[in-house]
Amino acid sequence: MAAQPLLSVRNLRTVFGTMQGDVTAVDDVSFDVVPGEVLGIVGESGSGKSVTALSIMGLLPQPPGRVAGGEILFEGRDLLKLPKSEMRRMRGSAIGMIFQEPMTSLNPVFTIGDQITETIRVHERIGAAAARVRGIEMLEKVGIPSPQRRIDDFPHQLSGGMRQRVMIAMALSCSPKLLLADEPTTALDVTIQAQILDLLRDLQREMGMAIVIITHNMGVIAEFADRVAVMYAGRIAEEGPVGRIFDAPTHPYTAGLLSSTPDLIGEVPRLRTIPGTLPSLYELPPGCRFAPRCGRRVEACEAGRPATQEIAPGHFAACIRAREGASA
Amino acid sequence: MIGLVMFSFVVALAVFAWWIAPNDPNRTAIRMRFRPPQLDRVLLLGTDNLGRNMLSRIVHGAQLSLLIGLGVVLLNSVFGVLLGAVAGYFRKLDGPMMRLADALMAFPSILLAIGIAAALGPSAWTAVIALSVVYIPRTARIVRASVLVVREMEFVQAARASGAGHWRIISRHIMPNCMAPLIVQLSFIFAYAVLSEAVLSFLGLGAPPSIPSWGTMISEGRTYIREASWLTIVPGCAIALTVLGLNLMGDGLRDVLDPRLKIEQG
Amino acid sequence: MGSYIVRRLLQSIPILLIVSLISFGIMKLVPGDPAIVIGGPNATAAEIENIRKNLGLDRPFHVQLGVFYWNLFQGDLGRSLLLGKPVLEAVIERAPITISLSIYAMVLTIAFGIAIGVLAALRQNTWIDQVATTFALIGVSLPNFWLGLVMIVLFSVHLGWLPTNSYVDFSDDPVRWLRHATMPSVALAMLQIGLLARITRSTMLETLRQDYIRTARAKGLPEWRVVAKHAMANVMIPVITVIGIILSVLISGSVVIESVFSIPGIGSLLGNAILRRDYTMIQGGLLFVAAVLMLLNILVDILYAWFDPRVRYDAGK
Repeated sequence: MAAQPLLSVRNLRTVFGTMQGDVTAVDDVSFDVVPGEVLGIVGESGSGKSVTALSIMGLLPQPPGRVAGGEILFEGRDLLKLPKSEMRRMRGSAIGMIFQEPMTSLNPVFTIGDQITETIRVHERIGAAAARVRGIEMLEKVGIPSPQRRIDDFPHQLSGGMRQRVMIAMALSCSPKLLLADEPTTALDVTIQAQILDLLRDLQREMGMAIVIITHNMGVIAEFADRVAVMYAGRIAEEGPVGRIFDAPTHPYTAGLLSSTPDLIGEVPRLRTIPGTLPSLYELPPGCRFAPRCGRRVEACEAGRPATQEIAPGHFAACIRAREGASA
Repeated sequence: MIGLVMFSFVVALAVFAWWIAPNDPNRTAIRMRFRPPQLDRVLLLGTDNLGRNMLSRIVHGAQLSLLIGLGVVLLNSVFGVLLGAVAGYFRKLDGPMMRLADALMAFPSILLAIGIAAALGPSAWTAVIALSVVYIPRTARIVRASVLVVREMEFVQAARASGAGHWRIISRHIMPNCMAPLIVQLSFIFAYAVLSEAVLSFLGLGAPPSIPSWGTMISEGRTYIREASWLTIVPGCAIALTVLGLNLMGDGLRDVLDPRLKIEQG
Repeated sequence: MGSYIVRRLLQSIPILLIVSLISFGIMKLVPGDPAIVIGGPNATAAEIENIRKNLGLDRPFHVQLGVFYWNLFQGDLGRSLLLGKPVLEAVIERAPITISLSIYAMVLTIAFGIAIGVLAALRQNTWIDQVATTFALIGVSLPNFWLGLVMIVLFSVHLGWLPTNSYVDFSDDPVRWLRHATMPSVALAMLQIGLLARITRSTMLETLRQDYIRTARAKGLPEWRVVAKHAMANVMIPVITVIGIILSVLISGSVVIESVFSIPGIGSLLGNAILRRDYTMIQGGLLFVAAVLMLLNILVDILYAWFDPRVRYDAGK
């Protein structure tokens, strides 16, 4: 890794307090994001990927959620140790975030112009008129037709795709260095999904920010990300450059995910599903968390947590049989 | 749970009234007038302007409040349920019946009760009828809402397909599944009825003065509020205890029987 | 928006018709001959005959109904037997007193109800929340006329802070009015404060869980602004509908409270009419209050539409 990382998550542990005691949703997760790169985090729902993003933003629903350990270094400063007011100033200016549900993520009683300019004015010393001009520019940038008129619309007057564009305009209005995109296309129609991804990629090139995109869809990763981290049951199973992971996955779970995704690898004869379901966070298996569903399980898998090995430069996997290749 | 205890306490007072307070609540003793409450089994709550024993009057007043509340609840559970079930089941009758309910509910509830009670003349029955007319449309609305949901469920369709008559479908299949919201509603109606009965008696529209009633006691005690404030305060506490108990009980029943209606507890 | 208001006004016409029919029916509920009941036990046969003639009770039912509506249409609510003047005149004369009292109580309700509810929601599951919810529950369970009397005992009889007799009108002396109006308004407002606080609390808790609140935080807004702007604007929408209900309970509650504090408003007017069996007054007074409340509820609905752009704009299209 040549460049100094913009974001460096070290041994992050996030827990949720429940009636039956603490449940670990994110368990010892580490990854880096360098300036201008796109990292994809992929996994099933419940794998801890959204919780990771919310931990970075400091937006965990508290209680019951809280970060129990680790560091989140942004430009070398630990976000977890920042005073509340400073962390608040980071949100929306240095780090932006967009969410899965464009239909409910905008406040129904304010105009979109109000919601965009508010973001700008909270972070920058700028007058109302200038902020409005910036807002219109941003709407234009995200491809909203006749933005001078649309800026005074209320959210319910826009379609889902348009609302997601507004969310993007809002998140990018202060030119953040990092954008966290939590399932930004999942709730949208397929054609709109592609448009939004194209838009994000164009904006990323234009503005040069880094993006962490969270998705359960391998197709989105293939199209969009430079590197990918595969999460399973609160841990990272495998991480590496997208090309390598798709060509030569070493973790059986990654291989399973890929073979259950249509139209990625031409030669896949038929779609396969991974047998079983994600383990409950209340009763995690003692060793490798994927072991109960794994076709290549050996006895040692259940003994302890598999160490993360570097298979190739920048390619890590947490599987004791990773070096054998995963062409199961 | 606390609600149940409080309400049971009031019920026990009413049921064992003669045993708890053996004095006749209407026996006057001019020489014993205006005795303030004291630590004494008989004079625990003092005496009023005619020397009548306040403890006896409170305990017997509980009988009246609870009987009127019970009467309103019974009339509601008969007519409210019947009308609500008919409106929900026979769709043609639904529109006109609900318009009528809307109009009755447009009248502020206590004003309507006062108007009806004023016209019928003061008596305990008047209070029961006036309050029932006020609350039956509300009960019917709630029953109708549950019937509308339940009548579309598969087991009702199955009963219909197997040739069961309307009456049988309503009584055997639909009603048992509408009980939860109804029971919750009835416990709140009981609370409102006790509260409103006090208002009617206070205005002289409740039971005649010969029957001890909490509302009437407050209205009589008012005259002596400067000299003998307990005449006013004590009956009010009895009302508050009963209504608070019923409200707590209603909240509890709602949490147990109908979690969907639960007001956010976090 | 304009068409929404027109539609809302049209919708209220059939309900107003039924409401007036109900108030007409109240006289018909009087058991036996109303003229005898009104006249009282000491009335002579001639007096009773006179009452019957005056009220038109000797005419057939459909004529009585027709006359009732014909008069109503001209703004004639009948003549009070007790006061010897038109009901409408008597009611309007007393209205400012009841209105000033209701506004005072409404202001107290909104200020304290919303403040307590919001505070309880923001400090959910702490002792503040416990105290607030307990207070709200007790407030809902107290008879308001009794609360008024207890306040008289405490603040007038024992402490001597506030007066209870010779009510002063707001227009005569606002400061002295405040001293007279505070106890009755608090007694009226107490129950409603409890109700409003409970609803505000649960609405606020639900709103704070919404996605757009998370968005507002993700934008880096200070927490007070997230709550005061983004959450409150949405909490107000359901709260406004409740305020309509609260208004009608407040105004109807003043019937009793005014008699407790000897305040000469519409409430005591009706209270006296009930005691003296002045049926035209009861009938006309109730109808007047119900009509005013319906009008106020329409206003509340319009306010609601104004607060919720989804209604405002869809209605405008």
